[in-house]
Amino acid sequence: MSDAIENQVMQTASDVFGVPAAQLSLASSPDSVDGWDSVQHLNLVLALEQSAGVQIDPEDIEQMKTLGDVVRLIRAKQVG
Amino acid sequence: MNDPLLQLTPSSPVPSRDEIDRLIAAGDAVAALDAIQSFWRATPGPATASFVVGRFEKLRGSLPLIPCKLAILRSFTIEPAVPLVRALAFLAGIDLDVQLGDFNNYSQEILNPASSLYARKPTGAILVVHVADVAPELWEGFADLDAAAVEAAVGRVSSEFDRLITTFRAGSQAHLIVHTLQAPAEPAAGALDAQMPLGQRDAIARINTSIAATARRTNNVYILDYNALVARRGEAQWEDHRKWLTVRMPIAAGELLSLARQWMRFLHPITGRVCKAVAVDLDNTLWGGVIGEDGIEGIKLGPDYPGAAWRDMQRALLDLYRRGIILAICSKNNPAEAMEAISRHPNMLLRPEQFAAVRINWNDKASNLREIAAELNIGIDAIAFLDDNPIERDWVRRQLPEVTVIDLPDDPMGFAPALRQCPFLERLSLSAEDRERGRMYADQRLRTELQQSAGSLEDFYRSLQMVVDIAPVTLKTLARAAQLTQKTNQFNLTTRRYSEEQLAELLRLPGWHAWTIRVVDRFGDNGIVGLAIVRTAGSICEIDNFLLSCRVIGRTVETAFLSTLAAAAANQDATRLVGRFIPTKKNVPAREFYRDHGFAPIGDPTTDGPAEWMLDLTTRKIPWPQWIEQAGDTPNQQTNETRGSPR
Repeated sequence: MSDAIENQVMQTASDVFGVPAAQLSLASSPDSVDGWDSVQHLNLVLALEQSAGVQIDPEDIEQMKTLGDVVRLIRAKQVG
Repeated sequence: MNDPLLQLTPSSPVPSRDEIDRLIAAGDAVAALDAIQSFWRATPGPATASFVVGRFEKLRGSLPLIPCKLAILRSFTIEPAVPLVRALAFLAGIDLDVQLGDFNNYSQEILNPASSLYARKPTGAILVVHVADVAPELWEGFADLDAAAVEAAVGRVSSEFDRLITTFRAGSQAHLIVHTLQAPAEPAAGALDAQMPLGQRDAIARINTSIAATARRTNNVYILDYNALVARRGEAQWEDHRKWLTVRMPIAAGELLSLARQWMRFLHPITGRVCKAVAVDLDNTLWGGVIGEDGIEGIKLGPDYPGAAWRDMQRALLDLYRRGIILAICSKNNPAEAMEAISRHPNMLLRPEQFAAVRINWNDKASNLREIAAELNIGIDAIAFLDDNPIERDWVRRQLPEVTVIDLPDDPMGFAPALRQCPFLERLSLSAEDRERGRMYADQRLRTELQQSAGSLEDFYRSLQMVVDIAPVTLKTLARAAQLTQKTNQFNLTTRRYSEEQLAELLRLPGWHAWTIRVVDRFGDNGIVGLAIVRTAGSICEIDNFLLSCRVIGRTVETAFLSTLAAAAANQDATRLVGRFIPTKKNVPAREFYRDHGFAPIGDPTTDGPAEWMLDLTTRKIPWPQWIEQAGDTPNQQTNETRGSPR
């Protein structure tokens, strides 16, 4: 279950940032990924809302500092 | 019932991202495109759009794509719609390059003639503004306003849009799509809003009416009715109040695709990615049931359920026909039974005379579509295919990837809406000729039937009772003349395309003249179907372009037209008539035109390079085909004041 969420986040991030999924990890952040700017951050949020079927709040958006944060957030939302 | 197609699986499984990447790495662009199409059809949305765009970036160069530069001028956050519209465009064969204006900077970008907007020379532009940005008092503060202040705000915003649109038009040739302003779902006065002399929703509607009026009187400016789009999707679903208050994006993530699709309905006609004809299936598409089994009494078609769904579908097709789109039939049936139903069923909205080509037989549909394209003299890529059967759709998609296959839902109630939303069938302007086109092509079918029964070719020409009217281009015919340069592909000697403005400008130059030709025959008025542009300098008259709509090719109308041109040139003391053939993928029918009319090649024309041809007017004339009658003014009867001038 947790792997499915992680895969989904990695794949969505790979699609949005245009970076192969193999180059992304839970530690990836705007500093380490080319193309992770504020516009792509918003695109990532919208893509995740659609693909994971969750509502991401403004407070959540600020806390998405690494892909690990994103995975934790989606997992919490889907369980909740 | 023992149709080999039925043994095919309806659709192959959705390809994975890895499979698509493997096809791209292997250099198989066609298979990759097909895989990306299936991938997108299975899961369209923000999550997959970036993937699709990323893969097309790699395929650019190995696929035929029409380039289009789009500027988006906006007041609010619209960034996430960009990958969506680019993905849709790529999938439709358009390489869309989007320049997004700065946040809430549309006004400065349009009003500053030195802005990057104009420097980049876009093909199209979208202006999308939120009421809260252009008139905060009409959005949040409405309840504080008195009637005079509302009137003042309506006037101010209306003239601001007028200024933006006219300034844009003065600085750019680009097509401009203007979003109307969104009315609030919850007006400040609640239920009272509609009772007020000028309520909040009314005030915004008044501004929108004014914007639409400005658009109508400005060339190539189109209105995107935003409130109609929101209503179609549902206001509650469309708006995302959280995103509006946090990132200034008023549209829910799930609705951005609907917005991008709406943009595509303009981008298709702007880039010419449109279909000229729709080929329709009959059983369960044009009516419910199977005519061969249920009979004319048993098929479902009429004003009430369940026949109403198909009646709606026919109405949608008839609306397309009135828009100038040609209708054809492509059906597996017994032709006599099927045509009897179309002729005699009391609730049919479409009758045999609306169909320009008919293929009712047991052949496979891809072959029938090829024949229909050949009969109508249009490219196979100009055909849209409409069939309720997903297996037939899949077959045509595989056999003829150039054909636009319209996907229909399982529920017939959804057929008409699906057809109405097809962006390949959109048009942004409608001439009198367009309105008549469907009928003209259907008349053509009757002419061909006559040809088959007529004896010699000459008897056939005589039986058509053709009358042509060759006249200088005037202000009244300028738009149609320019449209012909844009739309004619096959019988087009140089394929030089001109806008109305460019053509008018040319004709103001000394020595330049242009004539249109109109053809009437016993089946009706074909309207203006040809154009010739010439430039006379000293003893040489050079044909800049000569073109004829494909529906009159092969009837010697071109000979009559050229004969008149040659006579007019000789009258102006030209001694040589010079023409050029510039080959394209589509203008093969025009290749031998000059040779066939006695022109001699200049230099050594190769078969595939541009060729120049010359006719010595001192020794040669082009005989007028005696079976064609001449009406109205001819160029040699014109005075110097009016000749060839659009004014």
